[in-house]
Amino acid sequence: MKNQNVTAEEVKSRKKRKKGKYDGLMRHRAIAGYMFILPFILGFLLLMVKPLIHSLYMSFCNVTLEPGSVSYSWIGTENIRYIFRVDADYTRMLTEDFTKMVIYTFAIIVFSFFVSLILNQEFKGRALVRAIFFMPVILSSGVMLNLESNNQYMSIIQDTIEETTTGVSVTAALESILRTAGVGVRAYETVFEIIDNIYDIAMASGIQIIIFLSGLQTISSSLYEAASIDGCTKWESLWKVTFPMVSSLFLVNWIYTVVDFCMRSDTQVMTKIQTEMVDKQSYGVASAMSWAYFLVVIAFIGLTSFFISKVVYYSDER
Amino acid sequence: MTKDKAKKNSVEIAAAREGAVVQRTFWERNKLTHGYLLQKKIGGVGISIVRAILLFGLCFLILQPVLNKISVSFMTEDDVYNPIVISIPLHPTVENYQIAATIMEYAKGVTTSLIVSVLAAVIQVSMATLVGYGFARFRFPLKKMWFAFVMLLIMVPPQTVSTSLHLHFSRFDFLGIIKLITGTTLNLRSSPIPYILMSLGCMGLKNGLYIYLVRQYFRNIPVDLEEAAYIDGCGTVKTFFKIMLPQARPIITSCFLFAFVWQWTDGFYSRLFLSNFTLVSTSLSNIVASLGVYVARVQSGSSNAQASISPLRSNQILSTGTMLILAPVLVLYMFAQRQFVESLASTGIKM
Repeated sequence: MKNQNVTAEEVKSRKKRKKGKYDGLMRHRAIAGYMFILPFILGFLLLMVKPLIHSLYMSFCNVTLEPGSVSYSWIGTENIRYIFRVDADYTRMLTEDFTKMVIYTFAIIVFSFFVSLILNQEFKGRALVRAIFFMPVILSSGVMLNLESNNQYMSIIQDTIEETTTGVSVTAALESILRTAGVGVRAYETVFEIIDNIYDIAMASGIQIIIFLSGLQTISSSLYEAASIDGCTKWESLWKVTFPMVSSLFLVNWIYTVVDFCMRSDTQVMTKIQTEMVDKQSYGVASAMSWAYFLVVIAFIGLTSFFISKVVYYSDER
Repeated sequence: MTKDKAKKNSVEIAAAREGAVVQRTFWERNKLTHGYLLQKKIGGVGISIVRAILLFGLCFLILQPVLNKISVSFMTEDDVYNPIVISIPLHPTVENYQIAATIMEYAKGVTTSLIVSVLAAVIQVSMATLVGYGFARFRFPLKKMWFAFVMLLIMVPPQTVSTSLHLHFSRFDFLGIIKLITGTTLNLRSSPIPYILMSLGCMGLKNGLYIYLVRQYFRNIPVDLEEAAYIDGCGTVKTFFKIMLPQARPIITSCFLFAFVWQWTDGFYSRLFLSNFTLVSTSLSNIVASLGVYVARVQSGSSNAQASISPLRSNQILSTGTMLILAPVLVLYMFAQRQFVESLASTGIKM
């Protein structure tokens, strides 16, 4: 009898548990969790979703500014048709920016992985070198970035230097050798462009280096010892131990770099959007442009991170 | 020969067993290893030389623009045009700094920027810490969706929503309450309230990133402490403040430094929300235009003053202005460099 009673109670409690995942303490914790993220939810809904929807609405409208008020007139997909089929520059800029972004992201990730491998070794003055490599985070932030790229004087000087010193730089010399040897320009163009722009790459890879360093530091040295006892050379243990252990950080860095590149206000598309908005005051077209840009970027990040996450190795599944 | 060596070896081994210290030169040891030791040593030295050259080059690459700006900012105008003068000014002067400081209203700008950056950083980081903790430790319905929204927040370019926000705050109303009371909507354009609201709602500059970093950090702290605290009767809020916050000091410091520096140099949000404050970042981006006005005022009467400024001169003032804005941050960086680099590197960010 008593036994039966217990089972009945158990059944009852089971039923109760089935009723909701969040009961008792779990319910309490869930409410507390919501309390903690409440600022984000409120901020996101009121200050992000509302303006986003508003700008989406604007991208389907012809927005005209009159003193004191704004008037919208629904014109459907006219703006989208305009930016892709009428505007002469937008599509070209989008593709150019995109190609540049893919190339640079690759270069930045390879560069920062390489640098973080070096910075993870023991040598004199490591702290100083780390500090210097991390300085671009400060040096290339906010208004400073725009000043660098808009600096007329610098570009004038750069042009004169390039004009007067043709053949002096290593890449130019190599290029002339390769060209006379009959190798097509396309084969090495991108590589040389990356090498010539190593400054930009170094300036953009501060955070990525730190992220890789943090990953490298979590790899326990016993793994390397085991590998070397089994006869791994340094080169092999780089690919068989280091690489898989930090592979998840490649995904993080990939996303971060793509986002960082797209958010820069000196890309062609961003400049185009700014001029549409500020100079021409055509808010509808500008909204449509930024929405198109945003969607393309999101789709690209989604696709690539899906493929990268397929090859990422997680040592500790959570 | 080999027999001799073996004999010598065995003698030495015996000596070592007895506890006697056998002194051998490097070359003897090298010989014992059939040259492997020397090979290894040369390899090590070679690697460190290559590494040193490489790192020196890359460090120089990063530092060169700053060094260049410093040297240009101390030159007189003649020095800039003088082809013999390359990096060390012939007539060192602080005149550029005086002009740049006057144009930028530096003293006022620094104070305002300092207040704004510290305030924004404190609000943003405390909010990010709360939200990050919520995401790291609690299970609640729709958590994945909300976290996806955090990732989305990192990815949305602020330019997308800037116009709407602009309009939103120029006719601000919360659920129609304000209109009910006062009859009209509020124009918050000329006050710092919008930015404070943005910071409170985690929508400030790069706030999604701070949330993400804090969440990753909290996830790596074992739950045992919190469970122990709970058993001892510590509530959720108390656990957070008494147990988790002290542990999260490294990541909070890093985020604070990031927030401070990025806010300090930020032009976009400053122009959008704080346009009628004198901030160093906004005055720097207008410095070239202001220089024309300044020169025209100094040489009052001459109408073609605008044209008399050469691009080199304006660049010189621009470099000086950049140094003025960078100087406080660089000093801060020098002192907090360990916090910046090491603390973030030791957090072990994982996806």
